[in-house]
Amino acid sequence: MTSNLKGRKVILHDMCLRDGMHAKREQISVEQMVKLATALDDAGMPYIQATHGAGLGGNSVQHGFALASNQAYISAVASRMKQAKVSVLLIPGLGTMKELQEAFDAGARSVHVATHCTEADTSPQHIAYARKLGMDTTGFLMMAHLNDAAGIAKQGKQMESYGAQTVYVTDSAGYMLPDDVRERVAALRDVLKPETEIGFHGHHNLGMGIANSIAAIEAGASRIDGSVGGLGAGAGNTPLEVFAAVCDRMGIETGIDLFKLMDVAEDIVLPMMDHLVRVDRESLTLGFAGVYSTFLLHAKKAAHAYGIPARDILIELGRKKMIGGQEDMIQDTAMTMAKDRGLLTEPTLAEA
Amino acid sequence: MTKIRCALIGSGNIGTDLIYKIKRSPVLEPVWMVGIDPESEGLARARDMGLKTTAEGVDGLLPHVLEDNIQIAFDATSAYVHAENSRKLNALGVMMIDLTPAAIGPLCVPPVNLKSYTDKNVMNVNMISCAGQATIPIVHAVARVQGVRYAEIVASLASKSIGPGTRANLDEFTYTTSNAIEVVGGARKGKALAIINPAEPPMIMRNTIYCLTDDAPDQAAITRSVLQMIGEVQKYVPGYRLVNGPAFEGDKVSVFMEVKGLGDYLPTYAGNLDIMTAAATRTAEMFAEEIIAGSLKLVPTKAAAVTEAAQ
Repeated sequence: MTSNLKGRKVILHDMCLRDGMHAKREQISVEQMVKLATALDDAGMPYIQATHGAGLGGNSVQHGFALASNQAYISAVASRMKQAKVSVLLIPGLGTMKELQEAFDAGARSVHVATHCTEADTSPQHIAYARKLGMDTTGFLMMAHLNDAAGIAKQGKQMESYGAQTVYVTDSAGYMLPDDVRERVAALRDVLKPETEIGFHGHHNLGMGIANSIAAIEAGASRIDGSVGGLGAGAGNTPLEVFAAVCDRMGIETGIDLFKLMDVAEDIVLPMMDHLVRVDRESLTLGFAGVYSTFLLHAKKAAHAYGIPARDILIELGRKKMIGGQEDMIQDTAMTMAKDRGLLTEPTLAEA
Repeated sequence: MTKIRCALIGSGNIGTDLIYKIKRSPVLEPVWMVGIDPESEGLARARDMGLKTTAEGVDGLLPHVLEDNIQIAFDATSAYVHAENSRKLNALGVMMIDLTPAAIGPLCVPPVNLKSYTDKNVMNVNMISCAGQATIPIVHAVARVQGVRYAEIVASLASKSIGPGTRANLDEFTYTTSNAIEVVGGARKGKALAIINPAEPPMIMRNTIYCLTDDAPDQAAITRSVLQMIGEVQKYVPGYRLVNGPAFEGDKVSVFMEVKGLGDYLPTYAGNLDIMTAAATRTAEMFAEEIIAGSLKLVPTKAAAVTEAAQ
């Protein structure tokens, strides 16, 4: 196994300051962002994503209000980078081109334009706009387990046609197994232009982040998202310091200083965590049932408010096929379950 | 009884569903359907339902406006061409109901502000968006009780119910709806989110409305106001239903709605289509009643300024 990937170059993309915002209920300060990003930059991390967890336009009741605006985060981080590029997430329907322009003005030079894995045709405006700005532009197909390999290939091809330079298979639920990743990446490799890159974004809910990322590289991916120390939604993203060590053993070239990355994980990321981000009963439920990782803390909150176990709520959300962005349906589902279990009553005009 | 004769512009999902809604109206009659693709399913269906059709765009309709006595037109094309369509038809004295996000005319949500327009010389009213029609009545129901500093709405739509025009122009949807939450809903700041869900079988349209009030929310008064408003919307969209709430947490009021359609053109999950076409029809009826009663006279607008359509 070592030999066939030896010498392959892979670009790492750290998600601590975007996906990790979910695990911190969006409460990372500008100072913390600067401290962590500076250390990642020093370790040779080429791309660092830094925005609200839901990306541009994310500040909302639905997704929580961060401690600072996206512009404040981006400009503070970008102005201090020696080599790393700052990237952002943009989900059409939430973020707009106006906000992309503001992020660019603040110093962002790379963007993940994200849609659900069957809805690529909601992204043409934003991908084209990012290209016009000269940004490193990725089409990001979320919840990729909900579309088969042929479907992912078709959606990725559409994003390429809008101008995406990289197409990602995004395992938002941490549900995929290495074969699932391999067939989707291979299907993309078959249809995309040779110069179009492929990426993989994993979540560690089934403990498969590293194995899935390696499977992606075997099938032709050259960009891997993860987060140092695993700070991300659900059980976290692929822990990048672990992945960098595995790459080193396999002869895959990341250009990262491994020991520095290990120090960042231990000395900066771990002390930032409000709860230990790991595979536990609820995050394992996400991976097992194929539920959007960001739902984790919202489900725990609803569980507390309505007396329904978080695992029951998550399983029901999976059954109802809720996708990323539908965080409102967590409280709604918990309330409906509470009514069914006699824990909540409905308001009537007479009572009101 | 006299009916006001109407033209429908745009032969996509919305335009086609409008045929059914208008045919049911006691005061409106669909006469023309305008498209740009002779092969479109919408035009074929319009012909089957007895409408005259043209695939030449609005210019194909103009020569027939006077002889066919068209007085109201519904535009379900796109924000980019609406301004030009409106200018041409207003010049012939045709009143325009705008179902695109162009929003060059005043914004209209029937149970909130429709009555305020019928006595003015308005020749173009805008219907905002499906999510706007589904959520702004609730924002207003809270804001009429007490000050709302911020309102946010989340619309979840079945993938199969969203046509290519909306998909390619999601930003226009966001801008127009956010603005209307403020201007019509009465919140000082508004924000709109849209999610397109591909689940099979398709999910029924869902809408969540969050309002942040200035002072602690008056729970009983808000609950009463919201339930009354739902009754008003149900008069023209019977499938408009409260699923959960109003729920109160600090200064946050959350209302969880479902909109089931009548299943005219698309199946019942596409409540987003219904609430838009039903609201547009309700609006046109209000104007039609005034025209029939002689209290409203449509006057051709000369050289109406063409406003920049999209932001």
